[in-house]
Amino acid sequence: MIKEDTLKKILYIDLSKKKFWVEEREDLFSQFIGGTGVAIKLLQENCDAQVDPLSPDNPIIFAVGPLNGVFPIASKTVAMFKSPHTGNLGESHAGGRSAIALRMAGYGAIVIKGKSLKPLYISIHGDNVYFRDATTLWGLEEGVSTGALIRRQETGAGLRTIMRIGPAGEKKITYASVTLETYRHFGRLGLGAVFGSKNLKAIVVSGKRDLKVRDFKRYREYYLNLLKQLAESDKMKKYHELGTPANVMPLSLSRGIPIKNLSTDFTEGIENISGETFAEKHLGRRIACSHCPVACIHLAALRKPYEDEPYFYRTVYLSYDYELIYALGTMLGVTKAEGVLRLIEAVEEMGLDAISTGVILAWVTEAFEKGIINEKMTEGIIPQWGNVEAYSEIIKKIVFSKGEFFEDLGKGLDYVSSKYGGKDFSLTYGRNEMPGYHTGYGAHIGYLFGARHSHLDSAGYAIDKEAMIKPIDEKEYAEKIFNEECWRQILSSLVICFFGREIYTPSVVSECLSLLDYNLNEEALMDIGRRIYQEKYRFKIQCGFDMENIQLPKRIFETPSSLGNLNEDFARKIVTNLKEKIQSLL
Amino acid sequence: MPVLVKDANKCVGCLVCMFSCGRAHLAVGLESSCIKVRSQGGISRGFSVFVCRGCEDPPCARACPENALVVRKGGGVLLREDFCTGCGHCVKACILDAIGWNNNKNKPVICIQCGECAKNCHYKVLEHRKT
Ligand code: SF4
Ligand code: SF4
Ligand code: SF4
Repeated sequence: MIKEDTLKKILYIDLSKKKFWVEEREDLFSQFIGGTGVAIKLLQENCDAQVDPLSPDNPIIFAVGPLNGVFPIASKTVAMFKSPHTGNLGESHAGGRSAIALRMAGYGAIVIKGKSLKPLYISIHGDNVYFRDATTLWGLEEGVSTGALIRRQETGAGLRTIMRIGPAGEKKITYASVTLETYRHFGRLGLGAVFGSKNLKAIVVSGKRDLKVRDFKRYREYYLNLLKQLAESDKMKKYHELGTPANVMPLSLSRGIPIKNLSTDFTEGIENISGETFAEKHLGRRIACSHCPVACIHLAALRKPYEDEPYFYRTVYLSYDYELIYALGTMLGVTKAEGVLRLIEAVEEMGLDAISTGVILAWVTEAFEKGIINEKMTEGIIPQWGNVEAYSEIIKKIVFSKGEFFEDLGKGLDYVSSKYGGKDFSLTYGRNEMPGYHTGYGAHIGYLFGARHSHLDSAGYAIDKEAMIKPIDEKEYAEKIFNEECWRQILSSLVICFFGREIYTPSVVSECLSLLDYNLNEEALMDIGRRIYQEKYRFKIQCGFDMENIQLPKRIFETPSSLGNLNEDFARKIVTNLKEKIQSLL
Repeated sequence: MPVLVKDANKCVGCLVCMFSCGRAHLAVGLESSCIKVRSQGGISRGFSVFVCRGCEDPPCARACPENALVVRKGGGVLLREDFCTGCGHCVKACILDAIGWNNNKNKPVICIQCGECAKNCHYKVLEHRKT
């Protein structure tokens, strides 16, 4: 890496002692690049695998990589922690202004330890770090926004990130998220609860600086070439125009979008919540993460009347996405765009992970139909497919109700279905709720074995898409899942948004890195990718994760997927192959 | 010729123009950018873009006590860095807030009217007037 690069600086913050210091770790950043690679090493250094995820000893780590602030669409920050949701590796990625702000503030990573006695927020402006009182921000009711209050107090407008938690994080719901720039999230695996457990309401980061590259002239040429590809290439078109909801219609046609807790492969009216309909009727504004020309973030304008006062309306802007249309739409039988938007609003207000929340609500609905749970447990609410009102109420109760059933719902679906029954239709993977692709073996097995149990670990749906055209055998399936996850460790160490993956091929990445004095050819990159994946898995296993003890939900074999009915035997064969591959790493 | 903000409503806040401006000043990053993009109090309200409009009688130049800003032909100013003491009067004089500040050098970043920001804005928010 370049000698003067500030990437190697790690900011440590101790909330218990209200102290901060900086350590330089060139070793970590040259060996593990940055982002996820450096974050997992820092997690191993700072987190005993046995700690209670909600105790002061669980650190929060944020890391960026060498390409952030230097090349376009390197726009993500990686967060790492021990997950209160799964009890093992917690990793979540987010964009917004965060990655550029961190890099421009002059750090490659931040490690937050300990616990504050009173609610506080941290503000980091370049070299200056402040601990600010946040008692007034704790327990804020709707209508007053933490973001708006902090915006008024702090400098760095335009270039800063404001990461904050909502009521769900304060209440330590295990799938509480951290929101940044109103519309982006560190969503999955419960970072919000870890913030809450530390009495940490928010973090502001801002900064401004110039970085160094090796050969400015060549850098400039290379940069412009990448920018052009990102802006004009067909590969980016779908993210550009309709955003990820472009996938709603094609996936519904191929039966890849899960409907009503995956109990059926058909629902009326899906065209009402397609990317096209959202764009036509609701798209109000498009926005981008810092340093990304694609602008995939689509905001819908929802005009809401005041019931008690005629001629009074408010317009709220909500960001919608394929995953949200799945989790809070098709999965719940909600096939009206307004309905989906209202549920998105409810989830945003609470600060919950939308995917987990939607999957939990879907299970609740089916469990209620089957008589596993009853009205007494739901405090009188009757969950029903398509009933937006009931779902909104449940979302609030998950956070605020003291009733036993709702407190249990706040611990995740795996917990609830282990306690009350209904495991066969509980769509969880290693304790994490299902993402929105029922495309085939690649998707499901990817969720189950991916280090973060996410669709983003290995993008199995893309492999399934290949299999729709030409069958893939069990060996190849396992290999593809494994190799993709290894390569993605590199992208998320740089940290490139996965939407740019078709442009940032191994040779392009190697070239970009050479301009930053990293001498890594494609082979060397692959080795590092494998090494990072290995370190993550090691951490998982130290935490008690057991590959022999995880299972695919029964339900996925009952409802046809994009590859038709899935065969349990074949799935088992892929799993055996994949396990061998992972084992060989350990 | 200067760059105009044609329609800030289309701005997605990607900051690509700011990074372009940095490169125009031979830098990588945001320190050397004079164009600025800011949200209008929360991202849902959209963005404002601040860029030098190349005043014919530039108040920034008038405010400079060291004559470091020379009025350029056709409007706008040129910075003579060796004259500049880093007092910051020019920044305050520009009602558009179109002058950047480089903290390392403690000097203003003045628009050189190169048009790079406009060229790289994918959303046609900016226009580089050619004549
Ligand atoms: S015209 Fe050139 S110097 Fe002026 S704001 Fe745009 S990029 Fe910067
Ligand atoms: S910097 Fe401001 S005052 Fe100076 S020429 Fe540009 S717009 Fe006018
Ligand atoms: S490049 Fe264009 S869209 Fe992006 S921030 Fe600048 S003016 Fe806005």
